[in-house]
Amino acid sequence: MSDQQGMSLIVRVVTRWLFGLILVFGLAVALFGHLTPGGGFAGGTIVACAFVLAILAFGGARGPGATFARWASSLDATGALAFLALAILGYTAGAFLHQWAGKGEAFTLGSTPSIVLLNLAILLKVGAGLFAGFIAVALFEQTAESGKGADA
Amino acid sequence: MIMYALAAVLFGVGLYGLLVKRHLLKKVLGLLILEHAVNLFLVEVGYIEGGTPPIRIEGADAAAFVSNAVDPVPQALVLTSIVIGLGLAMLMVALTLRIYERYGSLDANRMSELKG
Amino acid sequence: MLDLVPLFVLIPLGAAFACLLVKKRAPAVAPWLSLVSVVALLGLAIAGVVQGTSGAAIAGGWSLETHLGTSFLPGIVLVFDGLSAMFLLLVAVVSTAVLLFGLRYMDTYDGRPLYYALLSLLIAGMNGAVLAGDLFNLYVFIEIASIASYALVAFGTGGREIEAAFKYLMLGAVASSSILLGIAVLYASTGLLNMADLGAAIAAGQVSEATLLAVATLFLAGLGLKAAMMPFHAWLPDAHPSAPAPISAMLSGLLIKTLGIYALVRVLYVVIGMDGVLGGSLQTLLLVLGCLSMVGGVLLALGQTDLKRLLAYSSISQMGFVLVALGTNTWLGVAAGIYHALNHALFKSALFLSAGSLERLTGTRDITEMGGIARVAPATTLGTVGASLSIAGVPPFNGFWSKLLILIALFSAGLPVVGAIAAATAVLTLVTFVKVQHKALFGALPERLKDIKDVPASMSLPVVALALLCLLGGLLWPLGLQDIVGDAAASVRTDAKTNLAPEQYRTMVHSEGRQP
Repeated sequence: MSDQQGMSLIVRVVTRWLFGLILVFGLAVALFGHLTPGGGFAGGTIVACAFVLAILAFGGARGPGATFARWASSLDATGALAFLALAILGYTAGAFLHQWAGKGEAFTLGSTPSIVLLNLAILLKVGAGLFAGFIAVALFEQTAESGKGADA
Repeated sequence: MIMYALAAVLFGVGLYGLLVKRHLLKKVLGLLILEHAVNLFLVEVGYIEGGTPPIRIEGADAAAFVSNAVDPVPQALVLTSIVIGLGLAMLMVALTLRIYERYGSLDANRMSELKG
Repeated sequence: MLDLVPLFVLIPLGAAFACLLVKKRAPAVAPWLSLVSVVALLGLAIAGVVQGTSGAAIAGGWSLETHLGTSFLPGIVLVFDGLSAMFLLLVAVVSTAVLLFGLRYMDTYDGRPLYYALLSLLIAGMNGAVLAGDLFNLYVFIEIASIASYALVAFGTGGREIEAAFKYLMLGAVASSSILLGIAVLYASTGLLNMADLGAAIAAGQVSEATLLAVATLFLAGLGLKAAMMPFHAWLPDAHPSAPAPISAMLSGLLIKTLGIYALVRVLYVVIGMDGVLGGSLQTLLLVLGCLSMVGGVLLALGQTDLKRLLAYSSISQMGFVLVALGTNTWLGVAAGIYHALNHALFKSALFLSAGSLERLTGTRDITEMGGIARVAPATTLGTVGASLSIAGVPPFNGFWSKLLILIALFSAGLPVVGAIAAATAVLTLVTFVKVQHKALFGALPERLKDIKDVPASMSLPVVALALLCLLGGLLWPLGLQDIVGDAAASVRTDAKTNLAPEQYRTMVHSEGRQP
């Protein structure tokens, strides 16, 4: 599979339709992680999958993908630092990782705002991290193959 | 019991791949199977015959929930362990690619230090 | 102080991700970020040791809950006691020296911000493992540190490095799986993960002997591999020399102790129990494996001419000393073992750093091609000689005291054969390091090395400082240091016929489990 071409027309059209849906789904899984199965990790994986799908369908792991991956690795670190900052904010309520933002009505989105925020930080971290990892391995493989081609 | 046997079989398959196969990718796959055999065992530890998912739904009876729900702790542990496994897998694949880049081969016999 | 305990993990973790964030835009900031973080850790650790507080910090401030008749702690518990404080201080001291050394040494490597990020991650993992209050967190932190170390071994990206890292990763991952399996089996039979609660359940006989034997075997194999015990040592002589010198110092000086020895002490003494049903067989196992490591390691080290490989084999041998000391199951033995582990961290990291300096100066790691370095590189020589005297057990260096104590502990525990083996190993260690001194530092200076200059001060200073600490550790031993180490040992093995420490550990952890 050549890098820049991507896949067939059908795949591209379907990807165009699905891309936004997958993103929203990932976000929902992360947002309601404290109420239903899911959470930041699962949501982040889904979001990363949306981007991976786009790269596979449209090609361009080397061009736009590499640019995105650079942003993604910064976002990855930002997500982790945000998680740490939110955890340290727990000290304002008495202990590390304490639910500093208070508790709302049970079984609603606002029941534990701090955990929702933590989930979003994880979403950022995992989504960006997985995508950056995918691009890194994809690019690596291509350089390895092109390097071998140059030898032959 | 049969579920535990499955975990044991997977563990054996993973260990076999890791120890016997000379191809580095097969070693990597063996290790991943071995890790997931352990994960499977952990999930099975928390399983209850005919149990419900450990998610509280509004208005549900608390006592019935506690007695029917499967143990969520192993699931949380497995999720963490899967994340660790993912990081490990990425590192392994990157190292394997590097080895391929350097030697043009993934045969452990051709490496200088990986014998034994 | 207890509220601040999570900072031991948070600071290096934050530094690691901050290093990644500045990777592209301001790579020059990364070294300073990690340096500031380790200095902060050093301050915190000194405060911790001086204050001498102990207790549990519970993340999220959750309260003690009652579950099926027993009270247990939910959530993440970080336990800070004498032993943890000791190891935290050790990690901070050695990391500071290593980071200082690396400032100039790593000049020749690409991707330095990544090195600082991984190093900070390694520190975070080790600190976390030392503080973990439940088995699963112990596993997670062990994995964090291990994954960082796999990547760091491959940092040179040469063929040997990658191969060594691959081998290390494969074996390390199997060891981790074995640890996780052990945790799963324990959870299946008790439904607990907290070490204090698990210890109580096992002491009360809730786990059958067969299950306990399986668990002990799994933990011993997993943690033994991390500690490079003799049958599980195959990765170490490849992995430790392959890494860049500062990383070798971290791996040999700290990693095998925090992930291996410390975790082994905690699990064997507090959770499984050395006085319990398995006590006798565990003791025998530790003694046999320890003797094997001691003798095997030193014999393999004697035959080496590659300086870093020699040091790596000697690490295995020195870990054997610690293992036999732990195998005595006496307060004196544990104290001697812990003291030797601390000393080994100081002198072995100094030796690995100086090996890096020598390699940089002479362009080779083969000691037969070196010689007369003392004349051209006085500062490096001073540090190397100090550390070598210490590892060889020459008074008044700290290595002398800890080896003497281990011998006393072995003989007073009625194990004269093991004691004789340890004494013989100590002599062979002396021979090994006399050989290194003779070949590398003194003697005739080869023609091609006439014009070399000593390494910059930022590289020689950490080695000299670590060697000075070795001397200081020996001089201060009779004057107060022995009390601190003795207290640390008493947090896992008290000086009584039956071990009171697990009970005290339980009380301490549970007394913190109240609602704040």
